[in-house]
Amino acid sequence: MKIRAWLRPVVFLLVLLGAWQLAVMRHPNQLLPGPLKTAGGIADLVRHGLLLKYIVASLFRVTWGFFLAVIVAVPLGLAIGWYRRAEMAFNPILQILRPISPLAWIPIAILWFGVGDLAAIFLIFVGCFLPLLLTVINAVAGVPAVYINAGRNFGLGPVQLMRLILFPAIVPRLMTGLRITLGVAWLVVVAAEMIAVNSGLGFLIVDARNAGNRYDLVLAGMVMIGVVGLLLDGGVRSLEKAKTLRWAEER
Amino acid sequence: MSTKVYMEADVKKAVFRTKLRTEALGMAFDRDGQRMSVLENINLEVFEGEFVCVLGPSGCGKSTLLSTMAGFLAPTVGEVRIDGEIVRGPDPRRIFVFQERGVFPWLTVEGNIGFGLGKLPRAERTQRVEHYIKMVGLEGFEKSYPHELSGGMKQRVEVARALAVNPDVMFLDEPFGALDSITRMVMRGELLRIWQAERKTILFVTHDIDEAVQLADRVVVMSARPGRIQQIVPIDVAHPRDISSPRYLELRDGILNQIGLAHKI
Repeated sequence: MKIRAWLRPVVFLLVLLGAWQLAVMRHPNQLLPGPLKTAGGIADLVRHGLLLKYIVASLFRVTWGFFLAVIVAVPLGLAIGWYRRAEMAFNPILQILRPISPLAWIPIAILWFGVGDLAAIFLIFVGCFLPLLLTVINAVAGVPAVYINAGRNFGLGPVQLMRLILFPAIVPRLMTGLRITLGVAWLVVVAAEMIAVNSGLGFLIVDARNAGNRYDLVLAGMVMIGVVGLLLDGGVRSLEKAKTLRWAEER
Repeated sequence: MSTKVYMEADVKKAVFRTKLRTEALGMAFDRDGQRMSVLENINLEVFEGEFVCVLGPSGCGKSTLLSTMAGFLAPTVGEVRIDGEIVRGPDPRRIFVFQERGVFPWLTVEGNIGFGLGKLPRAERTQRVEHYIKMVGLEGFEKSYPHELSGGMKQRVEVARALAVNPDVMFLDEPFGALDSITRMVMRGELLRIWQAERKTILFVTHDIDEAVQLADRVVVMSARPGRIQQIVPIDVAHPRDISSPRYLELRDGILNQIGLAHKI
């Protein structure tokens, strides 16, 4: 019998889950709930109407933080990348800020925005903004000079050049940057929710532990984070395959 | 047919209006702290509607010369004048055609050809795009993206994009260099046909002697670095040119001789 391509990972996953369940059953002093208990946890969350609520809360923050970062970073990156002197001025600051984990901003986020959605959104913004900005700056530097010269030849000014030449020319690299950054946003939201808010999947995890060591719920939260993250990534990937972007694969 | 073209060429020369002139143009770059002279004392006069080929070995500065005339580079000394005005930058009245890599890969054929027409009303824009798509023989490919086209077709798109804005001067920098030899021959014929129809002033850079002698009214032969004008050869053979006629061969051999290559290969 021919095994379909998508069946392979599914079968493998089932084998792993089976092994996990077996291992848990053979060690009664378990430090980890098994897959069945985890599934029970997820069912529990659904029953109490919490699962959807928490996923929506997390996605809400990610959406805002991510989109704010995109809206600011893309035009700014185009401008900085275009004006080479600006790049020289900005570069040292960007290089110093870059290695600072977005999580290091948590105290400042709380100081500025208090405990709540804004603090979480700010943290996601911080986590997305720099990588996106650097992606755009580098992508602009990589735009072939012929495109820019052709644009200048047709009489385009700086703003039109950015809109009609630089932006479309960097879209393929930008899409990759967006995909990576959205992943970062999803990582940061969990951490932010553990500290700065009282809803969302990150909050679920700390709350389940603090309120009675419900490790089945902890794992349920982790599984859901993974699943939603996978779906987000898939969503951006399908955007990358749009017809208007297919030219990028040729190079 | 050929007599008629020849007569037209005569009339054109009789009018003798200067389109472009370089005066004592020189170009030097600093490379690794050393001053390198790329172009020296280039004095060239090009007439309106003329087809001039700049011929020279790789690295002789002919592309630099073309970029300078198009306004992408500022000369170190001297100046370029078009219609008597000093050239200070690129301008839509004079379009530079790169090798086919200059087409925008994110736009369709239609989008590329209409790129310079943003200021026109929609109807006129569509009409002009259609006209030039037909002229370069790309009907049926309006919605195709450049990666779906062959090298020769991409080159046609770029020529059409240049023609669409109705420039008076076209600069072509080895436009057919990346094409296979058969496509290259076809493209030369098409360029001549378009030139005869549209009467643009054309400056065409090439390192291919046959290409230069087949296309040009005059061939500007350049010496290797620093680039200087070695000789200007008028090609007094009517189009369509018989590339086995004695006069054609004589002119070609003369240029080969000039570069010091006669009968050596």
